[in-house]
Amino acid sequence: MKFWRVPLDTEQIVVSKGMVYIIEDRCKGCGYCIEYCPRDVLEASERFNSKGYHPPAIKQPDLCVNCHYCEAICPDFAIYSLEVPVQSIPELSIQ
Amino acid sequence: MDGDSACAEGALAAGCRFFAGYPITPATEIAEHMARRLPELGGVFIQMEDEISAMAAVLGASCAGTKSMTATSGPGFSLMMENIGLGLVMETPCVVVNVQRAGPSTGLPTLGAQGDMMQARWGSHGHYEIIALAPASPQELFFQTITAFNLSETYRLPVMIMADEVVGHLFERVIIPDPSKIGLQSRPRPKGRKDRFKPFHPGPNGVAPMANAGEGYRVHFTGLTHDEKGYPVMTPEAHSEMVSRITGKIRANISKIIQVEEYRLEDADVALISYGISSRSSLAAVDEAREQGIRAGLLRLVTVWPFPEHAIRELAKRVKCLITVELNLGQMHLEVQRCAGGMVPALLVGHAGGTVITPARILETIHVGSGRG
Amino acid sequence: MNNNRSQNHPLDNILRTDRIPHIWCPGCGIGTAFSASLIAIQSAGTDLANTVVVSGIGCSGRGAGYVKLDSYHTTHGRAIPFATGMKLANPELSVVVFSGDGDLFAIGGNHFLHAARRNMDLTVICVNNFNYGMTGGQAAATTPNLAKTSTTPLGNPETPFNLPLLAYASGATYVARWTMLHTRDLTQSIGEALARKGFSFIEVLVPCPTGYGRRNRQKPIDSLKIYQEKTIVKNGANPAEVILDFKQGITLGKFVEYDKPTFAEAYERICRPRA
Repeated sequence: MKFWRVPLDTEQIVVSKGMVYIIEDRCKGCGYCIEYCPRDVLEASERFNSKGYHPPAIKQPDLCVNCHYCEAICPDFAIYSLEVPVQSIPELSIQ
Repeated sequence: MDGDSACAEGALAAGCRFFAGYPITPATEIAEHMARRLPELGGVFIQMEDEISAMAAVLGASCAGTKSMTATSGPGFSLMMENIGLGLVMETPCVVVNVQRAGPSTGLPTLGAQGDMMQARWGSHGHYEIIALAPASPQELFFQTITAFNLSETYRLPVMIMADEVVGHLFERVIIPDPSKIGLQSRPRPKGRKDRFKPFHPGPNGVAPMANAGEGYRVHFTGLTHDEKGYPVMTPEAHSEMVSRITGKIRANISKIIQVEEYRLEDADVALISYGISSRSSLAAVDEAREQGIRAGLLRLVTVWPFPEHAIRELAKRVKCLITVELNLGQMHLEVQRCAGGMVPALLVGHAGGTVITPARILETIHVGSGRG
Repeated sequence: MNNNRSQNHPLDNILRTDRIPHIWCPGCGIGTAFSASLIAIQSAGTDLANTVVVSGIGCSGRGAGYVKLDSYHTTHGRAIPFATGMKLANPELSVVVFSGDGDLFAIGGNHFLHAARRNMDLTVICVNNFNYGMTGGQAAATTPNLAKTSTTPLGNPETPFNLPLLAYASGATYVARWTMLHTRDLTQSIGEALARKGFSFIEVLVPCPTGYGRRNRQKPIDSLKIYQEKTIVKNGANPAEVILDFKQGITLGKFVEYDKPTFAEAYERICRPRA
């Protein structure tokens, strides 16, 4: 984003980071989390879960800002995000 | 006082602190009495928008831990049936009073009958056991309401009081004993860890302890067929288990539940079987018959459901004739016939309702039954 | 590959996890509305032991079975009177009614009207999926005109209720409408309803892919697109003017909020005998 003038608190703002966790066997493949993630972190996977649905896969984990929208929109309690302290490197992790 | 007021006072003496009802002749006086008295005792009265919601509210209040009651008559009784079923399956203690009037349908709103007896037994859908009592006087309305609460709490189900308009509107002397002399029962309570509690796991007498809302047990109650945790389970096996449990808890304790009264039955040839207001005419008829040399007696049913099968069977073995006296065209009579099993003739004195049966009318049939008519 | 950190969804301690995955269809919005309710209940700060969920019959009614609180899955349409009895018997309870449009407004309509009139202290969350989902997608009192359902195969001849108006006219003191897409607004509304006294009504629009969506050519994502593009948030709008038209537009927001004595407060003041 190009600024015409740099905001005065640019140095203080820290964009939060998050890690997405998917509880695969609860997922019913509705695709809402994939569609509505504002950072496009998720994509549909080719894998099947134990019920025969395609759970989401994490496409770009570094872009997650812990907005919790996937967690809020998911009807199946199958996905949530946890805050990652900005300094540490997030691990790729799927259950 | 009148029977309706006695019923209300009995409920209050039993610890009832919630009443949800709807006006209907001839039970309205119970609601009015409760509306006046409950606030004095810290309870809550609410007039709901119909009998369906009245019954639902009663179940809700009971699940929250308060002894609750409603009162109605035929048309309202019909409306309450679905929620009575819910009360049976959720095993919710409560009392439902039906001050019967002549039906079917709107019928004779101001005149008594006893035509809802089979409905009390089978009015809701599905197979279940119910407990129903039949008071024959305002004094009995007082005591039997207390008994009804005790039974409902002990066995965790809706208990019905099958009164009738005559008994409900009769003015007679009612003695209200000192509260310390009235024995009260409360629902069995859970023991042990809250997170391990199974809301429908039966105790030693077949009844599961009950956790009320707000006590931290986090129970789930549903009208669906459920297992001991209360979770819905959609299999025939689970259904059989649940229905067996809710019927079994009554059948296993039948001897503690059934109450009958014998009047001059020791050497009787002709036995009258009656309940409610009809039993009072029957008492007079028995005395008249005895005066005329007929050995008549009366078995008065205090508990009408579960039906006192054993008492009838024993009676059928030693009398020459059974006569059912009731204000309908033969409902408890069907049970009497079934239990008599053809051992003795079973006759009926009854009419569709609207007025009491006279002792003279009963006497006519006693003559027939004893071979004199 | 498993993570060492325990994989517990933040709502797991308020869910009966032994019954998850639940029975709601893929794409069904009830799960999201339910999730928003649980988040609100968890953040409400009230003792969870005192929070009770009462539901009726239908897909939404199954919600009571999945929440790890005292929960009561009652008869069709009668959740509200059951909740009324419960609240009056124990005023300490925070009673939430979570049920569907058919259950609350068709068979349960009369009870809704009266509980709203009495300003019973209840939070009523109506999940509106525009049909009777559990039984296969029949027309409901909220089904849009001309919509196809299993009992209106050639189109619905009837016109639906305006639920916020109905609630307001009956006396509800908090009326809001959101969709499942507006999760944060929804959660906030539910939180406000839980915190306040009086009859609070929140309508949540959700897709029903298997019932309504399938017959009206609305894939779940299509429904959500409508919720995204055709809705307008107008807090404080006049309930008589809040339209719900899939082609024209849908008005969302918190329409009504005012204070009035609840039934219990009025009862205490008026019906208890004076000393």
